[in-house]
Amino acid sequence: MLTLEDLVIAQGDFRLGADFSVPRGARVAVVGPSGAGKSTLLGAIAGYLRTSGRVLWQGEDLGARAPAQRPVAMVFQDNNLFPHMTAAQNVGLGITPSLRLKDEDAARVTSALARVGLAGMGARKPAALSGGQQSRVAIARLLVQVKPLILLDEPFAALGPALRHEMLDLVGDVAADLGATVLMVTHTIGDAERFAEQLVWVENGVAQAPAATRALLADPPQGLRDYIGAST
Amino acid sequence: MKTTLTLSAVLWSTATLASAETLTVYAPDYFGSEWGPGPAIAAAFGELCDGCELEYVTGDLLPRLKLEGARTDADVAIGFNTDVMKDARETGLFAPSNVDLSGLTLPIAWDDDIFVPFNWGYTAFVYDNTKIANPPTSFKALVESDEDWNIAIQDPRTSASGLALILWAEAVFGEDTPAMWAQFAPKIITVTQGWSEAYGLFTDGEVDMVLSYTTSPAYHIIAEEDDTKSAALFSEGHYFMAETAAQLASTDQPELAQKFMDFILSEPFQSLIATANWSYPAALPMDQWPEAFSQLNYPETALFYSEDEAAALKDEALDAWLSAFTQ
Amino acid sequence: MAVGLHPVKRLPFWPGISAAALVVALTFGTVLVVALRADGAGALTRYDWLAVRFTVVQALVSAALSCALAVPVARALARRDFIGRGALITLLGAPFILPVIVAVLGLIAVFGKSGLLSQALAFAGFGPVSIYGFHGVILAHVFFNLPLAVRLILHGWLAIPAERFRLAAGLGFTPRDIFAHLERPMLREVLPGAFVVIFVICTTSFAVALALGGGPKATTVELAIYQAFRFDFDLAKAALLSGVQVAICVIAALVALRVQVPQIGGGGLDRTVQRFGKTSTLTGALDTFWIAFAALFLLTPLAVLIARGAPELFSLPASVWQAAGRSVMVALASTAVTMAIGLSVALACLRAGWIEALGLVVIAASPLVMGTGLFIVIFPFAKPSDFALPVTALVNATLSLPFVLRAILPELRGIEARFGPLADQLGLTGWARVRMVLLPRLKRPLGFAAGLSAALSMGDLGVITLFADPKAATLPLQLYQLMGAYRMDQAMGAALVLLALSLGLFYGFDRGGRADADA
Repeated sequence: MLTLEDLVIAQGDFRLGADFSVPRGARVAVVGPSGAGKSTLLGAIAGYLRTSGRVLWQGEDLGARAPAQRPVAMVFQDNNLFPHMTAAQNVGLGITPSLRLKDEDAARVTSALARVGLAGMGARKPAALSGGQQSRVAIARLLVQVKPLILLDEPFAALGPALRHEMLDLVGDVAADLGATVLMVTHTIGDAERFAEQLVWVENGVAQAPAATRALLADPPQGLRDYIGAST
Repeated sequence: MKTTLTLSAVLWSTATLASAETLTVYAPDYFGSEWGPGPAIAAAFGELCDGCELEYVTGDLLPRLKLEGARTDADVAIGFNTDVMKDARETGLFAPSNVDLSGLTLPIAWDDDIFVPFNWGYTAFVYDNTKIANPPTSFKALVESDEDWNIAIQDPRTSASGLALILWAEAVFGEDTPAMWAQFAPKIITVTQGWSEAYGLFTDGEVDMVLSYTTSPAYHIIAEEDDTKSAALFSEGHYFMAETAAQLASTDQPELAQKFMDFILSEPFQSLIATANWSYPAALPMDQWPEAFSQLNYPETALFYSEDEAAALKDEALDAWLSAFTQ
Repeated sequence: MAVGLHPVKRLPFWPGISAAALVVALTFGTVLVVALRADGAGALTRYDWLAVRFTVVQALVSAALSCALAVPVARALARRDFIGRGALITLLGAPFILPVIVAVLGLIAVFGKSGLLSQALAFAGFGPVSIYGFHGVILAHVFFNLPLAVRLILHGWLAIPAERFRLAAGLGFTPRDIFAHLERPMLREVLPGAFVVIFVICTTSFAVALALGGGPKATTVELAIYQAFRFDFDLAKAALLSGVQVAICVIAALVALRVQVPQIGGGGLDRTVQRFGKTSTLTGALDTFWIAFAALFLLTPLAVLIARGAPELFSLPASVWQAAGRSVMVALASTAVTMAIGLSVALACLRAGWIEALGLVVIAASPLVMGTGLFIVIFPFAKPSDFALPVTALVNATLSLPFVLRAILPELRGIEARFGPLADQLGLTGWARVRMVLLPRLKRPLGFAAGLSAALSMGDLGVITLFADPKAATLPLQLYQLMGAYRMDQAMGAALVLLALSLGLFYGFDRGGRADADA
C-alpha cells in the first residue's frame, strides 16, 4: 500500500498537499487542469522533490531513499531512452546500471522485448524505432525492473489514440504480471476510464483521495465537471 | 598521469643521464641550439677531456641562476653579455676564473678576475647595399638624414643589443641624447624584444636598416654567398660588446670546470667562434680570422663603458629612450 | 522537477573540486610563490601604468571591432547558402587556433611594408602601409578573434527558431522589422558575452604586442611581466603586475556574470536560416561583400604562409621533424590532462555554479609567472627539466580550461536536464553515469574542446623556456631558434609545419567527436 501522509510540496508560490493511501495492485489515474501539480505529485513519490510529510510504502518511510532505491519505476513524458544505446541496452539498464549482464539477465531482456512485441529488434537504437516502438522499449524495461509501484507521467501523450490505447493495455498487462500498483497522469478522461478503476483529482493545491472512476465521473465535483466539459 | 610520466621519461631521459664526468653548462638558447656554436664546442671539448660529456642547459641565464641560487647544477655558465656582468657578479655565485688572459685580442683592456670573454662584436646598423647606395657615415648623419628609412631596433629592457644601443647613444651624444632620440624616433618603425625578430624583419625586406653587429654581413657572405648586406661604419665609433663565461663557486667538479674555462681561450674553441657565432673571436689574432671577415667594415674606434659607469648611466639612458618612445 | 531531494553523489564532485583547487593553485598560488620569493615589495612605474592603460584600451577596441565586423559576416553566412559554405566556415575558424608566431608571420607577409597589400597599393600609386604600433596590435587581435566572434554570433542566428522567420514572413515583415523583432533581441543577448570573452583574451595578449607593438608605447601588462622577469629579474614587480592583470580580468568576469556568456559550440553551423520571400539585390551584394571580406582577411595570410613555406618543406633539417613529433606528443598529453581537468571541473560546476566563474579568471593567469612559480616550487626537490612535459601539459591544460568549460558545460547542463531524471530512476550515478550517459552524449563538444586544446598547446611557448632541455626543443622553440640563426626561409617552412599540425590536430579531434554521433 502506498501512503501519502500530510505530504506537502512547496516551490515558490506553488503548493500541493496530499494525504491518502492507494491500495496494492490498484490502477489510479491522476487528473487535473494543467499546472495543478500532477507531475509534481509523481515526482515527489519518485523521490525527485523536497517535501514535508511522509511517503510510505508498505508502512516504510521512503524519505531517505534516492529515486533508484525506491520501489518505484517511472516512465516520463519523454527522454525515456538513451539515444546512444540500443533497445536491449536501454532495457538492460533496468537490471543493472553497469550493463554487466549475466547470461540469464540477457535472456530476461530478450524475453521482455519479445513480451512487448519487439522480438529481434534489440540491436536497434531508438532513432531506428517508431514512436510506438520506443514506448514499448520503455515498457519492456518496466518488466525487468520488477518494481511494485509504477508511475506513468503522460508517457504516451505524443501517440495517436489507437496506439495509445494499445500501450495502455500493454502497461495494464505488464502491471498485472508484476502485481504492481500504477499511478498514471493523463489529461484524457477516456484513458482514465479505460485504464484506471480509481481517480485522483488534483486542483487548487490539493490532490484528493482516490475515488472510484466510474462513480466520480457519474457525479463529478464542480472543478472536474468544468474540466470534462472543456476537454470534450 | 602515469602515461604522462612515462612519456616524460622517454622524452627527457637524455637530461637525466648526468654522470660524474658530465659538465653542466648553462647557456642562452641560441648558443645551445643545433645552429649555434654549442654542439661543435661540446665535441671539441669531449676530445680534449678524454670522453667526458658536456651538457647544455639553455634558457634565460641570469634569471635562472638567480632562481636556483647556490643549489644550481651548473658548473659553468657561458653567454653573459658585458651589460649583465655587474648584476651577475653581485649574486656572489661565481668563482675566480684563474684563466691566463694574456692571449686576449680585444680592442679594449680586460683584466676581470671572474668573467672570461669568448667573443665580441660592435653594434652597428646593417643595411642592404643594393638599396641604400649612400649609407650614413656617422650616427649623427643617420639621425639627421632626410631619407625616409625604416629602421628596426631592439628594446633595451629585453635585449643586450638594445641596451648597447642606448649606451652607444650616450657615448656619442652625451647631454644631447634625449633630443637625439626625439629626432630619431620617427625613423624607427618598430622596436622588437630580441635581435632575431628585428633581423627577421630586415631579411624579409620589412625594414631598410636593423640594429645588429658589424659581423652580421659575414653570415650572408659565408653561408649564403650573398654580399648585399653591409654594416654602416660610423665615424664616432661603435659600441663594444662581449660575451663572457664564468665558473660557479658551487660546482662539484671544479677541475673539469677549470679545464673548460681554460679551453675557452684556446685555439680550438676560438677558431669556432667566427663562423658558428658570427662574431669576433676574443683570443685569436685578426690574421687567423676567416677570409670573409677581412671584407667587413672594421670600426676604428671602440666605445665602451665599464660596468660601473654603465650602471650609473643606465637608468638615465633608459628614461631618455623610453620617454621619446612613449610620446 | 528542479529541486533535487537527494543532492547525493549522483555525479562525481570531489575530483572536480580538487581539479579546480589545482587550477587555482597554478594560477594564483604561483603568483604568491613568486611574490614570496621576491626581495621586498614591487612598485609600478609610470611606464607600467601606461602598459595597464594600453592593455585595457587595446582590448576594448579589439573586442568592439571584432564584434562589430562579425555581425554582418555572421548575418551573411547565416542567410546565404553556397557551395563550400561548410568548408569556408571551418576554415574561417583557423586563425583562432593558430600559433601566434605563425599568424604574425602571415600577417606581416600580407600587411607588412613589403607585403601583398603594400604591393597592391604601390601598384595603384600609394605608399606602403605600416603594420607596427597600436593599429598593428588591433589588426592582429581582430584577425585572431573575428572567427570566434563570427562563430558565437552565427550560433545565435541559427538558434532563432525557423518558425519565427516563417511567422515573420506570414506577417509581412520587412528586413527592418525582422531586424527589430528577431535579430536585435538575439544580438543583445549574444554580443555582450562575445565582447567580454574577446576582451579578456586580448587583455593577456603577449606575443602579438611583442611582435607588432612596435615599441614601448604598445606594451601590454603580460609583456611588462616578461620584461620585469627577464630584464630586471624583479620578481616582486612581476607578481604585482600579474595581480593587476588578474584584477582586470576579475572585473571583466564580474561583468560577464551579469551578461550571458555564449557557448563556444562545435556543432550545428551547417544549416542556413530558411528565408521566405525575396531579398533585394543590394542585400545580396552586401552579403557577398562581407563573406568575401572575411575570407580575404582571414585566409590570405594563411595562403601566403603556405606559398612561402612549401618550397622549404623538403629542405628542413631532421631536428625540425623531431621537434614536430615532440610537440605533437606534448599537445596530446596536454589535451588528455585538459580533458580530465575540464570534464571533472564541469561536473563540479553542475553542483556549484560559482566554479564556472573560475573559468574566465584563469585566462588572466600569466604563463610566465606560472612557470616561474612552478620552477621555484620544484627546483629544491628535483631537476626542473625532468618535469618539462608534465608541467607544460598542466599549464597548457589550465590555460585552455576556460575554452573547454565553455564548450562542454552548456551541453552538459542540457544532457542533465533531459536525461537526469531517467538516470536517477535507473540508479545511474557517479562515474558509471559519466561513462554511460554523459560521455557518449558529449562526444561532439568534447571533440571540439580537445581539438581546441591540442591546437592551442601546439603553438605554446610560454612556460617551456624555463624547463626546456635544448635536446628536446618543441616546434615553436625550434622556430625561434631558426630565426635566431639567420635561417628565415627554413623558419617559414617550420611555420608551415606548425600550421599544418595545429589545424590537423584540431580537425582530427573535432571530426572524431562528430563521427557516429547519434541523434
